Amino acid sequence: MTGFDTLLDLVLSALLVGGGIFTLIGSYGLIRLPRPMQRLHAPTKATTIGVGAALAVSALDGLGQGQISWQELLITLFLLLTAPVSALFLAKTLILRGEADRDLPPSPTGAAWSTLAPPRQDP
Amino acid sequence: MRRLLPHPYLSLTLVVLWFLLVNQWKLGSLVMALILGTVIPLLTSAWWPDRPRIRRPFALAAYVALVLWDVIVANFQVARIVLFMPRDRIRSAWITVPLDLTQPEAISLLAGTITMTPGTLTADLSADGRALLVHALHAPDPEAVRDDIKARYESRLQRIFA
Repeated sequence: MTGFDTLLDLVLSALLVGGGIFTLIGSYGLIRLPRPMQRLHAPTKATTIGVGAALAVSALDGLGQGQISWQELLITLFLLLTAPVSALFLAKTLILRGEADRDLPPSPTGAAWSTLAPPRQDP
Repeated sequence: MRRLLPHPYLSLTLVVLWFLLVNQWKLGSLVMALILGTVIPLLTSAWWPDRPRIRRPFALAAYVALVLWDVIVANFQVARIVLFMPRDRIRSAWITVPLDLTQPEAISLLAGTITMTPGTLTADLSADGRALLVHALHAPDPEAVRDDIKARYESRLQRIFA
């Protein structure tokens, strides 16, 4: 059993270090990428795997001690649901303030992009 | 029945979520889960008038697995660009994706998928709800990215949502 435990510990440690590296890269991307819209890419993605790895470690560690914990799965789910929403709001803010790089292409249907469209009148 | 449970899927999800959250199987948890599963859909139904029509729930599970895998791949790609690509060689581009999907739930899911996967980010929806504005971190060929989004994700979502 001890051999298995050592192997598990090694895998968990590797996951923790790997996740930490990705989180660091995500933050580094914030400094390195020059344009606001580009900066948005680094933290939204690289951080997901960082947190994901930490949660996987937490769940696997629980399994190794014979406990099944579902809360890690929930955190992953909520992360996947909320990360795109916050990214969308940041992007919309950049577009509204005119800080998004270059001119936006027109939409294929000719309708305005909703951030820049005049507010809709409710009937 | 329809008035009491406006969103049966949401109610079911809330019940399961509550059990996962408390992490134990007790009768009290079931009572609480049922209360939440009834009250939350009722309180929010004013902002969510239509029911999503999901034709193939199992295909939805397969879709989630595909996206999770793509999220992992996306992380490596973005990390490589951030670390090694010279700043002036990063070719960011705006991409417009015309939508064949019409259900709001399906469009939200597609928009979320685009944000979480390789080098792309949903920035806006057109005012008529028929196109997405996507920003790509590094896309030398924007048309290819657009076709990839439509073929890989949108066509699957179209099969899932009737």
